[in-house]
Amino acid sequence: MLETLQNLGLGFQVALAPAVLWYGFIGCLVGTLVGVLPGVGPLAGISLLLPVTYGLDATSALVMLAGIYYGAMYGGSTTSILMRIPGEAASVMTCIDGYAMARKGRAGPALAIAAVGSYVAGTVSVIALMFLAPPLAAFALRFGPPEYFSLLLLGLLVLAYMNSGSMLKGLAMAALGLLLGMIGIDQMSGYFRFAYGVAELGDGIGVVPVAVGLFGLAEILLTAGQPNPPEVIRPRLRDLLPSRQEWREANMPIWRGTAIGFLIGIIPGSAHVISTFVSYAVERKVSKHPEEFGRGAVAGVAGPESANNAATSGAFVPMLALGVPGVPVAALLLAAMMVHGVTPGPLLIQQDPRLFWGFIASMYVGNVILLILNLPLVGLFVNLLRVPYPVMYPIILVCSILGVYAVNSSVVDVWIMLGTGVLGYVLRKLDFETAPIVLGLVLAPMMELSLRQALAMSAGHYAIFVTRPISVTLLAVGVVLVALALRPLVSRTLDWRSRLPAES
Amino acid sequence: MTVDRVAGVALVLIGLATLWESRAFPLGSLHRPGPAYMPVLLAGLLIVFGVAVFAMGARARTLREVGWPEWRHAVAIFAACAFAAWGLDRVGYRITMAVVVGFLLLVLERKGWVLGLGLTIVMAWGSFYVFDTLLRVPLPRGPFGL
Repeated sequence: MLETLQNLGLGFQVALAPAVLWYGFIGCLVGTLVGVLPGVGPLAGISLLLPVTYGLDATSALVMLAGIYYGAMYGGSTTSILMRIPGEAASVMTCIDGYAMARKGRAGPALAIAAVGSYVAGTVSVIALMFLAPPLAAFALRFGPPEYFSLLLLGLLVLAYMNSGSMLKGLAMAALGLLLGMIGIDQMSGYFRFAYGVAELGDGIGVVPVAVGLFGLAEILLTAGQPNPPEVIRPRLRDLLPSRQEWREANMPIWRGTAIGFLIGIIPGSAHVISTFVSYAVERKVSKHPEEFGRGAVAGVAGPESANNAATSGAFVPMLALGVPGVPVAALLLAAMMVHGVTPGPLLIQQDPRLFWGFIASMYVGNVILLILNLPLVGLFVNLLRVPYPVMYPIILVCSILGVYAVNSSVVDVWIMLGTGVLGYVLRKLDFETAPIVLGLVLAPMMELSLRQALAMSAGHYAIFVTRPISVTLLAVGVVLVALALRPLVSRTLDWRSRLPAES
Repeated sequence: MTVDRVAGVALVLIGLATLWESRAFPLGSLHRPGPAYMPVLLAGLLIVFGVAVFAMGARARTLREVGWPEWRHAVAIFAACAFAAWGLDRVGYRITMAVVVGFLLLVLERKGWVLGLGLTIVMAWGSFYVFDTLLRVPLPRGPFGL
């Protein structure tokens, strides 16, 4: 403990050096601006700006790139709240209640709560990262294909169970998303599936075009032609900050989101996406007013935003402790380390303590910079709502098309966005939620791979999922959720007396 | 027909179509699942969910009760987006976006010429400058270099 604190002191000496601080600030600023542009997420932002860091020393370069990562994660939530365009899959859940809050004139509080939630989650998870990195990373390594499959299945069941509508509809949408994820080259056999000669579909259907289509475009198709278009919102200065009641409503969701995000973020894969879905689902379940979710519930913004940022730090656990990149962004940061002559892995902490602890301390500093930077920007961003909707939506459309195109420079992605936009429009008319489709799509490749690997490991015996402790525990939780979901249906069916005519 | 019943039928049809298309790939065995294994599994699930949604959907809203007052606008916006997808590589980014924004603002929303043209130019040329010139994201120029 004492040694850790001494090391952290060394880290702060490094992180608070003026040059490192300056590059951290530049990283957060550029990241926020890049994150606001739809389609240009943290991965694209870091890729674009990686060459800029070649002239810097390793610590400054890493701090700047991590700043871009945090900034872009936060910037993505801005477009989700103001325009209902998720910059990436992790912002999908913020779209739902964040945008609803914006339409009620509470965009400022939504953005402020997202900023503060991100700050709290980021800071707390860095503390946890410091003390828990080695044991947690070792635990994460105990996840083999059966455990992954069970975890992903549980993720889908949790989301469907805590859906505002029926669990059945949620599961149907998740299955549809998983099916969309089957398009493209099969990772194990190399077969080109369901692509019908379109070479661009080889890598599968991208999450960004689907998320922008289902949320952004579908919203425009539904709203633009309404007889009464959304009113222009002129936010007043006092409306920019959350009220006392809104702070109270955000308090516990921020802490719960932090815990959920950090714990799920440690597991390699698309964990930060799953954490936002799980956090949203948990908040809806524990809320005294679940009917407010989807209509501008503060907890619906605070929870997922905190989870997203906590998972960001959680994702650094395997990267720093083991040199194993859990997410694509961590892989890019590892590549940046190697470019600067640093060998990532378990020995990094001994061989280069200044860099290791400087990076950890820069996370604290980065979170503070992000908060200082973003709270004043809330007022600036909220002014976008002063633009009347008939003028605003063509601008949003251009941003959506541009952002989707820019990811792969492919018009096929634009067509996918159009297709999923129409799908989202129809599904919302039919009272189906579209978020499970995105989660299904994100999880599909990993879920299929882990199922097939697990079956190959067990010579085709499904028993492998119930003979391994972690896997069976996860599945048991899933079974309990299904049973809880079925309980009202069963009790309604059994309660035949209530349907008998009253005796006179 | 209720909305849930329509959705149930659609889910079953998607499941059946997936089963049909999956014939092109080996199913494999339990020991070594092939590329069709997961799609077939999911198609089966989708059919089961579709049947269940249909069976439990008798009390949902009817299709007639769903209002579609915005459909003309939605079709026009979709057509503008489809033009953008068609035109990006063929006529270039700036011309395509200028046509899309101009159509939406001036024709569909009937905004004034000054606002409409001003915003069209700012969006088409401004976004090109930010992405292509500053961020180095290559955007299509088309045969006219625009």
